[in-house]
Order: sequence, then C-alpha cells, then structure tokens
Amino acid sequence: MNAEKTLRLGQTVLSCVRALAAIGRSTLRFLNEFGQTGVFMWHVLVGRPQWPGSLQRWVQQMYSVGVLSLIIIVLSSLFIGMVLGLQGYTILSKFGADQALGQLIALSLVRELGPVIGALLFAGRAGSALTAEIGLMKATEQLSSLEMMGIDPLKRIVAPRFWAGLCSLPMLSLIFNAVAIYGGFMVGVRWLGVDEGAFWGNMQSMVDFHSDVVNGIIKSVVFGAVVTWISVFQGISSIPTAEGIGRATTKTVVYSSLAVLILDFFLTAVMFGEL
Amino acid sequence: MRSNLSIVEISVGAFMVAALLALGMLALKVSGLQSTFQEDRGFHISTEFTNVGGLKIRSKVSMAGVIIGRVTRISLDPSTFNAKVDMLIDDRFREIPDDSRVSILTAGLLGDNYVNLNAGFSDQFLKEGSALPLENTDSAMVLEQLIEKFLGQKAMEAKPSSTHSEPEQPKQEPSHEKHKS
Repeated sequence: MNAEKTLRLGQTVLSCVRALAAIGRSTLRFLNEFGQTGVFMWHVLVGRPQWPGSLQRWVQQMYSVGVLSLIIIVLSSLFIGMVLGLQGYTILSKFGADQALGQLIALSLVRELGPVIGALLFAGRAGSALTAEIGLMKATEQLSSLEMMGIDPLKRIVAPRFWAGLCSLPMLSLIFNAVAIYGGFMVGVRWLGVDEGAFWGNMQSMVDFHSDVVNGIIKSVVFGAVVTWISVFQGISSIPTAEGIGRATTKTVVYSSLAVLILDFFLTAVMFGEL
Repeated sequence: MRSNLSIVEISVGAFMVAALLALGMLALKVSGLQSTFQEDRGFHISTEFTNVGGLKIRSKVSMAGVIIGRVTRISLDPSTFNAKVDMLIDDRFREIPDDSRVSILTAGLLGDNYVNLNAGFSDQFLKEGSALPLENTDSAMVLEQLIEKFLGQKAMEAKPSSTHSEPEQPKQEPSHEKHKS
C-alpha cells in the first residue's frame, strides 16, 4: 500500500518535471532563434561598405524596394485621403464642426495611418518580394557559390537590401501622407465645400512639426527596420524548396504585419500617451 | 565622367526628391512650421478688438456672408492691451466705406470664429494700411463669459430668497428641541 503511494507520487513528480522541461526547451528554442536573428543582423550591419560597389548595390535595391512600391503607395494613399475627407465631413458636419476636417485628416494620417498602412503595404509589396528573392537564391545555391568565391553573402546580398528597406519606408510614408492630405483636400474643399482657409489654418494650428510629423517619421523608421529585418531573415533561413519559399513568404507578411501593429501600440503609448 | 544615365539611378533620384518635397509640404503647409507664403493680391487693413476669442490666422473675413479676405496676423498692443488684427482684403473689394463696423462672430454654436464687416455710409473707402478704431468693432462673444454672467445673475436672483429662508431655520431647531423635552 505504502509502496504504491510512493510510486504514484513519483510519477506525478516526474510528469511535472517533464512539463517544466518542455517549457524550458521551447523557451530556449525561442531565445536561440531570437539570438540567431540578432547575430545575423549584427553581421549585416557591421560589415564595412566598399565604397563604389556598395553604393551602387544600395541604389539598385532602392529601386526595386522603394521606387517599385511607389505606385501602390500613391494610389492607395490618394483613396485613403479621399475616404477620410468624405467620412470626416459627414460626421463633423452633424456637429457643425466641418471646419475641423483639416486637422482630423492631417492628425490621423501623420500620427497613425501614414506609418502603419505604409508599413503594411510595404510588407506586402516589398517584404514578400525580398523573402522570395533571397529564398530562391538559397534554393538555387547562389548563396553557397558566392561563399565559395570568398564573398560574404550577408554583406553582398542582405546588407544593401536591409539598408534600402530602412531608408525607403520613411520616404514612402512621407509621400503617403502628402498625397493623402491632398486627396482629403480635394474631396473636402473642392467637392464638399469646406472653407479652404479653415481647412489649412486649423490643420496648421493643431499639427505640431516635432511632436506629430517627426514622431511619425520615427515610427516609420522603426517599422522599416522591423519589416526588412523579418523579410531578409525569413529569406535566409527558409527551407530551400518551392514549398519552403512559399511558407517563408507567407511568414514574412504575417509576422511583419503583426509586428507593425503591436509595435505601433507601444510606440504610440510612449510618444503620445505620456507613458 | 560617366555618361550612362541608367533608368534605375534616375528613378531613385526622383524618388528621393519626391520624399523631400513631401517632407517640405508636411513641414510648411501641414504643421505650419513657418508662416506660409501669402499671395499679395489685395490690401491690408488692421483693426483693434478688446477680445478676439478663438480667432486664428487664416480665419476668413466676410461681408454679408461672402468671403472677402483672410486674417493675416493677430498681435497684442503693448500699451492699450487690445488685440490688433491684420487682415488681407481681396483687391476686388476696393470700395468698402471706412466707417464699416467690424465684428467677430462664431459659425454655429461650436464653429470657428470669423471676422464680419458691416458696410458703413462714408464716402471714403478702406485702402492699404488703413486702421479701424476700437469704437468701430464688436469683440468676440466668449461663451464662458456669457455663462458666467448668466450664472451670476441667477445667483443674484436666488440670493434674496435664500436670505429669507436662513433666519427661519435656526428658529425651527429650538422648537424641535422643545418638543423633545
């Protein structure tokens, strides 16, 4: 009787220890992956650029990451601005406050919509392309042949793409903001007849350059770093098969959208929430 | 010197310029970092008010509901402590009598303040640099002051009745105690 009790107690303790070990294992795996991405980024960032070549590769990537994303950014921002103008006007005119349309459009764009929607579109357009490109390079063993030739693929392939993504997202979201504000202006002032002076005047009195515009730019720099980081890492660490590349591309879009939305909350809390 | 202008380099350059232009637009036109350029197709007049309320730069100046100009500057006169409002009036409205009455009105209950001109009867017209004196202006109606005044009046009306009722209460209390004893 006594022995049976001891046996049962021992089994319970053992299963508890097993559960603990499982938690520990998954934590270690997560930390290991996180550390790997950190070491990877360190190698990417630390590499000293060789002047003419690096600049040329950076310009090439600015073209494929930034310029080619321009059309989707401009088109969607124009329509987002127009929708904001339309929705804002119908709600504000109910309270007889349609003069406040300018500040509504400008503040919501500069603080939130510009950086966030810009980053989401960027993840879909440029991030997925980066992952697929690097993944395909890995699958066709271009990366290992570079390594065989004594060229570091992190420096040659990943670094210019990362810097190009980091630089182009803030620029894209600046263009996004400007175009969207003009879209809202077109709908609100030219079409719905809000007073033009009140539109710009209220906007200028409410929007502060440092606390609104500069904080929006900081947000989009952070988003640009996170989105390109996720996409190049997913490309490098993808399984080199057709299926693996597809999965890595999906992961890029999902992870970077989630990261952008979650980080946005914390950045907003720090910047505007007086945390 | 390299002369092969690649489409990649040109488009990246255009992208950079577009981003800089957008930043400039956000800085100047949206956040009003500096006073924006003013098209000088009109003449400036200035007026004095005892209170401008919520009037802002670029608020509209209207006459009979038609917009005829913009407010360009609001400053405080250091000697009289009155507000000085400079306005730019469109050139088409050259013939406004110089004894016109200027008032600050509110669009709707919660709307923006704007300047309204009521035409006078003088033969002299307003011109560049003319100043309308304080006697010719009605200041902004500040809602808080109105409420305060209204509540003050209510309190004054309520006071006589309350002074009547106050002496009665002490009288009642002793009588209450007498009942108990």
